[in-house]
Amino acid sequence: MPAYDVLIIGAGLAGQRAALAAADAGATVGLMSKVHPVRSHSNAAAGGINAALNPEDSWESHAFDTVKGSDYLGDQDAIEIMCREAPDEILVLEHLGVTFHRDTEGRLGTRAFGGASAARTYYVADITGQALLHVLYEQMMKYHEKVDSYEEWFVTSLLTDDEGRCTGVIAREIRDGHLELFPAKSVILASGGAGQAFRPTTNALICTGDGIAQAYRIGAPLMDMEMIQYHPTTLAENGFLITEGARGEGAHLYNAEGERFMERYAPNKLELAGRDVVSRAEQIEINEGRGFEDGTIALDITKVPRKRILESLREIVNIGRDFAGVDITREPIHIRPGMHYMMGGVKTDVHGQTPVEGLYAAGEVACVSVHGGNRLGANSLLDTLIFGRRAGEHAARRAREVALPDAAFARLRDEERWIESIIAREHGGRRVSEIKLELGTTMNEKCAVFRDEEGLTEALEIIDRLREEAEAAWIDDRGTVFNQDVLGAIELGFMVDCAHTILLGALERKESRGAQYRTDFPERNDDEWLKHIDISRNGAEPELSYSPVTITKWQPEERKY
Amino acid sequence: MAEFTLKIRRYSPESGEGPYWESFETELPGHRSVLEGILQVKDRQDGSLAIRCSCRAAICGSCGVKVNGKPMLACNTHLEWAQADAKDGEITVEPMGNMPVLKDLIVDMDAVHWKKIQRITPWLLPDGEPPEREYVVPHESMVDVTQSMACIQCGACVSDCLSMEVDPLFIGPAALAKAYRFVGDPRDGQHEERLRDLAEDPHGIYDCTHCFFCIEACPKGVAPMSQIMRLRRLAGSDYEIDDRNNGHRHEQAFVDNIRKHGLLHEADLLPDSYGGKLHPRTVPELVDSLPVITRALLRRKVTPQNALLHPHKASEEVKRIFEKVEGRPERLEFNLYVSGTEDAPGAPGPEDEQGPHDSGAGADGQAQQAGSGPQKKRS
Repeated sequence: MPAYDVLIIGAGLAGQRAALAAADAGATVGLMSKVHPVRSHSNAAAGGINAALNPEDSWESHAFDTVKGSDYLGDQDAIEIMCREAPDEILVLEHLGVTFHRDTEGRLGTRAFGGASAARTYYVADITGQALLHVLYEQMMKYHEKVDSYEEWFVTSLLTDDEGRCTGVIAREIRDGHLELFPAKSVILASGGAGQAFRPTTNALICTGDGIAQAYRIGAPLMDMEMIQYHPTTLAENGFLITEGARGEGAHLYNAEGERFMERYAPNKLELAGRDVVSRAEQIEINEGRGFEDGTIALDITKVPRKRILESLREIVNIGRDFAGVDITREPIHIRPGMHYMMGGVKTDVHGQTPVEGLYAAGEVACVSVHGGNRLGANSLLDTLIFGRRAGEHAARRAREVALPDAAFARLRDEERWIESIIAREHGGRRVSEIKLELGTTMNEKCAVFRDEEGLTEALEIIDRLREEAEAAWIDDRGTVFNQDVLGAIELGFMVDCAHTILLGALERKESRGAQYRTDFPERNDDEWLKHIDISRNGAEPELSYSPVTITKWQPEERKY
Repeated sequence: MAEFTLKIRRYSPESGEGPYWESFETELPGHRSVLEGILQVKDRQDGSLAIRCSCRAAICGSCGVKVNGKPMLACNTHLEWAQADAKDGEITVEPMGNMPVLKDLIVDMDAVHWKKIQRITPWLLPDGEPPEREYVVPHESMVDVTQSMACIQCGACVSDCLSMEVDPLFIGPAALAKAYRFVGDPRDGQHEERLRDLAEDPHGIYDCTHCFFCIEACPKGVAPMSQIMRLRRLAGSDYEIDDRNNGHRHEQAFVDNIRKHGLLHEADLLPDSYGGKLHPRTVPELVDSLPVITRALLRRKVTPQNALLHPHKASEEVKRIFEKVEGRPERLEFNLYVSGTEDAPGAPGPEDEQGPHDSGAGADGQAQQAGSGPQKKRS
């Protein structure tokens, strides 16, 4: 039976960075993912990664932009740490081999990005996430004797002892279907967000909120769950992402009347205002009848010189061609706001520690909170790397002080019976796919750019019904080898938990801040709502509480772009 | 909405039975992907159908399969394009080649693909301690290696590699493209060692037979074979690595042969590849090759007259090609990310002459022709 000082769940950027840091600190490390590491969703982060590395820039400026972007809901101590440590992290990755874009002098070059007061986004064409992920995986191959990689293993539950400490995981090897216990001194969740609870979404099919729900189920509080980012430029039909890098390179947005409408909403930053601001502006244009017939807005990339597009926006040339039939170098592409990112997640401190002893979280699964009400473009890659590394280092230190927990064999047998019972469910009721579709459409209708009490309440009722249906949903595959069907049924349960807490947070927050816009409470209300909403499970029922926002240097002020 | 029939190759190791074909009907607009068709089957008809997939947008590299016999990503292949190529009206979908099948459309990438990636020492090996700030390297070289960084490790090229079919130990297109990512990266300090390693390995860079299938298969325009050829030029011409596989000498002999004759003079090629007719290395090679030569004569692939005399001489046009190419101060390399085109309005674009069927590789092939990577020749 394998046992580790540090067991990391999820092998995207946060997970791999944590593994590297923990191994360098001398810990025994296991890295587990339900897909091969290079299939992780970090791949999809196209545009770049922020850091105030240029001598004329400053980490304070980056931090302020992030605080302002968060609509003052971000915790400023955590934001300071992230922005201070960003330049060194970029250099670490550059030294490891990331092929960052260079300027004419051969030094690291930048591009402009939304909500930023300086061009501080470092990038590799428009495959930045992919380049980072693959270079970190190169390091994992180099570290193959120091880090045990469990590729295509699916964590079904987190383990706890009688004192409520996290003591490891139970996981199913997807290739042969057997379950195994993994005792660990510390578990780091790095398993990403829950975008698949919405349809459409820019998120990959694997983003089913596994870690968020698993942590929630063992008592870890979730924070800022209501803060769901809708990205301003996603393809209407399937929700695919068109990188913010396009606007960073100079692309404009137009409504059907040919008006560059951002002039009205954000006269200074225009298309490069915060994502919540741009998405809201687009949605207003669409709702008020100034969008195109198919409910979209035009993104005109033809402004960008063709050579520059081919060099630095190659991927969206492909996406336009393959998924929208449009040559973006020649004609505008039609887009609309689409679900993209969860600012909220498992509540952690600046070391990635959750309130559950032995459990850490980093990356999109976590909420430190550095993004608050709205994440700035190119801050997500940074978040994964900084807090992935910090979690890995801290967990490795912790390993020197605690003993390896005992293996909970009784728990393993319960889990086996549970999974067998899913496989054996009688046909009748609804299929997993039907429930998932209704869940996604409901969330996208009732909990999107604009929200109100009526819609959210209605959605909560639907979710309650879907939860019951999910518990009885039947599957076809009765086998053990690559039984993706049974994993889908388990993931559906995770997504229902995530959707439920998102709705609870959105209903609770009676104001408009960042990505949360309540048409029935259209103003930001610092007197009552400059605070985080925490949701924990008390028995079977969710319990809401509040925690203060940490303010260091920057007092809340009106947010204008 | 249109109806499409997906004929899928099924296999379950638990059934105790061999693989079989099963047809499913799907209903989707023609511009939706083969992957969406498969997912619709999974959702509505048979959840036990296994395929790896995640991003749906040709970024994660999970869903490499063969559609109508050709390797591609299921997610960026439109149903209507697949239909146009389908025999008997059914779109066939089967697992990739050159790798063992685990279940349905899922192959064992670890056993083949990742093992080969591991073979090329796939991490940066800089000389000495890193600088205080970033490495200062030319803009062009970073853009240049971005083409191989664009690889998503989907395995489509491995699936179709003819050399690997014959020699399963061949390092192969994906891993060698990955090797160029380090050899082309000025921060790496082991260029010569890497090149020597890959040139001396009998399953290395000279094991490729230039069939172009990997270039056609690649959904990301990485052009693995072009990267292999670049490794050869660097190894042979720049580092003058005289490999034991005789790969570089053979290439040289080929070029000299054409320079002299304009058409290939096969009787000279073999001895010249080993250093000339009188070279001590050549004699045993010629003796070894006697059965091949005899067969070629018997099958009239060569005639004694042509073999000995070869009256053809290189024309002025051929000479001019050599003068032009060799007269350049820099070697031109084709690269997708280095477009090299002027931003003139109305200039023909990379995708202009492409039909939808050529979406991936074909379009990228066009783009490469426009490219001129300013890679410096080492002296």
